[in-house]
Amino acid sequence: MDFPMFHLDWLNDRFLIAIIAILHVFINHGLAVGFIPYIVRLEQQGVANSNMNEITNKDWDAMVYKMMKVGFIITTTLGAMTGVGIWLSVSVVSPSSIASLIRVFYWAWFIEWLVFVTEVILILIYFLTWKNANKSLSAKLRHIKFGWFLSIFSWITMAIIVAILGFMMDPGNWKTQHSLINGFLNPIYLPQLLFRTPTAMLVGGIFGYVLATIFTQKNTDLRGRAVKQSSIWILIFAPLSLGGAIFYYRAMPQAMTDNMSTAVGTLQFAQYYDLLKWIIAGAISTIVIIAIAGLWKPKKIRFAMVIIPCVLAFGFLGIFERVREFIRKPYVIGGYMYSNLLREEDYPLYKRDGVLKYATYTTTPEVTEANKVEAGRNVFILTCSRCHTTQGVNSIVGVFEQMYGQDKPFDEISIASFTKNMHNGRTFMPEFPGNKKELEALAAYIKHLQQTGDVIEGAQNEGVTVNPYQSVDAVVKLIDKQNKAKADSLTRIQTALNK
Amino acid sequence: MFQLLQISTPVPRNIPLDLPLPEWLLVTLLIVSFLLHIVFVNLMIGGAILTLWCQIKGLKDKDYHNLAHEISRTITVNKSLAVVLGVAPLLSISTLYATHFYTATALTGGMWIAIIPLVIVAFLLTYLNKYTWHVLDNNKPLSIAIIATATALFLFIPLIFLVNINLMLFPEKWGTIKGFFSALLLPNVFPRYLHFITASLAVTGLFIFWYMGRKNYPFEQYFVKLTRYEVKKNAYSLTLAASVAQFIIGPLVMLTLPTKGFDIKLILVIFSGATIALPAMWWIWKSITGEPEKIDKHFGKVVIALSITVIFMGSGRHVYRANALAPHQKLMIANTTEFERLSKEARENPPVEELELKIDSTLGDVAKGQAIFQANCSSCHKEKEKLVGPPITEMVSIYATDKDALKEWIKSPGKKRPDYPQMPALNQLTDQDREELANYILSLKK
Repeated sequence: MDFPMFHLDWLNDRFLIAIIAILHVFINHGLAVGFIPYIVRLEQQGVANSNMNEITNKDWDAMVYKMMKVGFIITTTLGAMTGVGIWLSVSVVSPSSIASLIRVFYWAWFIEWLVFVTEVILILIYFLTWKNANKSLSAKLRHIKFGWFLSIFSWITMAIIVAILGFMMDPGNWKTQHSLINGFLNPIYLPQLLFRTPTAMLVGGIFGYVLATIFTQKNTDLRGRAVKQSSIWILIFAPLSLGGAIFYYRAMPQAMTDNMSTAVGTLQFAQYYDLLKWIIAGAISTIVIIAIAGLWKPKKIRFAMVIIPCVLAFGFLGIFERVREFIRKPYVIGGYMYSNLLREEDYPLYKRDGVLKYATYTTTPEVTEANKVEAGRNVFILTCSRCHTTQGVNSIVGVFEQMYGQDKPFDEISIASFTKNMHNGRTFMPEFPGNKKELEALAAYIKHLQQTGDVIEGAQNEGVTVNPYQSVDAVVKLIDKQNKAKADSLTRIQTALNK
Repeated sequence: MFQLLQISTPVPRNIPLDLPLPEWLLVTLLIVSFLLHIVFVNLMIGGAILTLWCQIKGLKDKDYHNLAHEISRTITVNKSLAVVLGVAPLLSISTLYATHFYTATALTGGMWIAIIPLVIVAFLLTYLNKYTWHVLDNNKPLSIAIIATATALFLFIPLIFLVNINLMLFPEKWGTIKGFFSALLLPNVFPRYLHFITASLAVTGLFIFWYMGRKNYPFEQYFVKLTRYEVKKNAYSLTLAASVAQFIIGPLVMLTLPTKGFDIKLILVIFSGATIALPAMWWIWKSITGEPEKIDKHFGKVVIALSITVIFMGSGRHVYRANALAPHQKLMIANTTEFERLSKEARENPPVEELELKIDSTLGDVAKGQAIFQANCSSCHKEKEKLVGPPITEMVSIYATDKDALKEWIKSPGKKRPDYPQMPALNQLTDQDREELANYILSLKK
């Protein structure tokens, strides 16, 4: 409404955020929270299994160092930048919501940032002092202790961010409870943490398992030991992760779970969610099988055998993120702002006067018979484009064709009357905010989209046109009016007093 | 022309929530955290430029080859700090100037998102350069190509941030911008950029002076001919030369800045900053022309003086921004107040939706029911074929003898069939409407 509408008309704006965020969760959970304790444990075993005359088992330590190097490089490049990338992408796709959230969560994020800075410094120290620490036993032991300390720190970072996420997803609390404490107390905080902690360990372990097959020669003792240790680690955390997943799934409030069948796809895939349970079970059991195989014949394990369970583990984590992201719909901020970035409380105004009048940028402040399709396009950009594209991922043409049949010509009246009611049945959809004329214009535009295959370039390419009602000129007149009204009421009071 | 400009300047509404902290505190956090961030960005960029330069020089001189390796090892640490330290100023500016900053980033959104892959690639290349150093000893052109690409990326990325931080200052230009490159062409982007790159070299000079001059730094282990004194002198000279250059570039930045943000406070801040740099430059000059043993003598003072300069310049930057945006923010407040008033008014008197029913009087008793059906149901139901939901004929076959059950279903529909989507509730219908509707539906007995 108040911002130029950045829009990726093929990829879908939400998808952009999703790619960046899921990559970040993979790296943060898998490679920071889960992988670091896995590495520290291996480093410790190097010392425990060394001869009396050496500080640590050299080959073993060199292997663990190489594994850590991979983790280090990925976390400090892809991990760090996808973290910042969430901010960068959310700010262009969803500026009103993130700007509102920052005003409430500034301190939470500031503290999170301090913890995060510390975590990065600790990772730098842990990795960069590794070789120096190998010079004496006391230095090595100190290094290992430091590694455990870092592991706890990484976990704390996650525990705080989960509170922030939990708070944002707890509908209704936005208005009444502007405090982060609520994030820790809300009903899905603990289930989320109990799911994320062992799952992070599991993903970290399987990632380490893959690296172990890369950095050791096959049929060697070294590979055998590395595979065995990874397997033990995985077998400890796999049942905990499965338990956490079930706990998390059950704890989601009823209203949220109701939406979940659509979380992994469109309406057409309603049964797909059932299938998902099997995918999760499949992922965990595949991981468990490869771990048991690792215990049974550790030297025989090859890279090719481990890579698929590893990909599945990341997929397992990713699917939960997708579901979690979906359950806040139709809101982006529970009870306050819909996912179209319009505040619930402004709906009566928009229904009365239309959304176009109050949009800062639009080529059509009002709908006329002559500008109907263009106005419809503007309405689409303002009220649909945060989640729908014209012809790309989750396209508006596509969702209506799913309902009315592929390639059957759209009927404007049907589309308009459906759109007016959709929020009642499709509870993940916000109500259409505009007035009747805008609804009709939108329907005309959707029909036009089907007929022409037209697309939208987004403000980042085509720029913006300022709405004359929202320009300096208009506001200057408004201020004059406000001042005059003030002066008038003053005069009125004075004349009343004089009498 | 003036009139045109007025019409084309947008006045978006503010975020209608209170700031989380007093404004002065947010501003302080913004300036301090930004400066911390930018110092490490300076070191990252300056480090990359110097590594590239030393690596090229190192083709003939082994010592410079080693020097390049030593500097390159600092980039990967400084870049990690640059990134994490950048989050706090990003948060703070998003709090203080959400509308202006997010508008700028949306208008240049493609390139703004490209920051993520560009930085990742630049970082990976610096790691590649660092960790393949000895492997590529026999393939120096490749090694140079890697660091040259990284340096080029490091030089380009700040331009993206700068374009945004600049564009946010000029709402009057927003309507004219079509993507990153058109925003790049606004006046004063390039002078500011030059100012920044020069500062990077100055800061990196000081850093190298300290880093390689540290007592526990095993200098002699890495270098054959090159002495500590030479490196320090060169580093100091770089800082001095860059600082002198700033006395030309700085005024250029001021000349190209649009006048709207200028006031006496800004001039005072900038001139105080520049004045404090003067003694620092004098001390550096004395150190590099004096006796080699005494080169360290003024280092502490130099760092303190230049840090104060940086704080003044960072504050000046903010003063300009605050001045430049104050009138626009005032308009925004007026517009927001009006909108909130209108919104409240509409909330208290919600618009009544009028149903304009097209009654077909030839249908007799069920005419109204048919009209209600057309307005509310026909988008999903047809008489004889499946559309979104089942056809009327099917409804009749289920409810022919139980009108109340049909009315109840319309009142609170659910999901019955796996291959159909759930039916929405139609809250706008009254009991009377449902009665008419059921009569109409059940009248179609065929």
